[in-house]
Amino acid sequence: MVSLNGNVFFSDNVEDFSTFIKNAYKFLKTDYSKFFKMDNLSKLAFLAADVLLKEENLNGKENNIALIFSNKASSLDTDRKHQASIENDAQYFPSPAVFVYTLPNICLGEISIKHRLYSENSFFIFDRFNAEHLQLYANSLLRNGKAEKVLCGWVDFDENSYGAFLYLVEKEGRIEHKTEEITRLYNIL
Amino acid sequence: MSELKEELKAKIIEQLNLEDVAVADIADDDALFGDGLGLDSIDALELIVMLDKDYGIRLSDPKEGRKIFESVQVMADYIQEHRTK
Repeated sequence: MVSLNGNVFFSDNVEDFSTFIKNAYKFLKTDYSKFFKMDNLSKLAFLAADVLLKEENLNGKENNIALIFSNKASSLDTDRKHQASIENDAQYFPSPAVFVYTLPNICLGEISIKHRLYSENSFFIFDRFNAEHLQLYANSLLRNGKAEKVLCGWVDFDENSYGAFLYLVEKEGRIEHKTEEITRLYNIL
Repeated sequence: MSELKEELKAKIIEQLNLEDVAVADIADDDALFGDGLGLDSIDALELIVMLDKDYGIRLSDPKEGRKIFESVQVMADYIQEHRTK
């Protein structure tokens, strides 16, 4: 299911992630040739970010939107695939295309390239969704003029358990950026 | 040779995750990089691994790939001559 501002606009009953994300990609008409080369975490983060950033009428040359993402599983889903390709000495054929995704922050690069974001980005690993950290860091970037807007959230993928919750913060937004509100919105999903 | 070229096209599509590209869409002489299939540097590394894994061909100099991966026809000619499995 994909929802924006509380409204579901895409849902699919398929159980496996690859079919779901492919159907969502086609539904959203996200035209990006490199999408199918990404790992699962990047596909999830990329498409979730695309839903929000499409609404922003971004500049075609450069945008000052920072990214603060977080999750629990880091890039474990892809790390396991890489591990499987190197654990047998007789069949030691690591895939370069898999290896390049063995860091969670690679998904931030994918988003930045597509939307021409030339601003700060960070990816944090926490045991649980950490609204306090997102709130503090995003507010600091906005207060210090490091970014005009900040795209924050949680994008987690571990085996076939996955989820993405992203929100965009700016100085004069519609909803006050406080931890209680962030947590409330996260728990609705 | 024709069988090898079809096999290569199928492997390229599958291993490089070329969505919405079919074997029939790739002509033997189509450029694989640049304006052709639009493959990138990571794809080139992936093709080097494929040569080793599936055909027992090890490229000592990655720059060799530039010429070998020009098209499916050139790749097939090279594999035919150098394969060890």
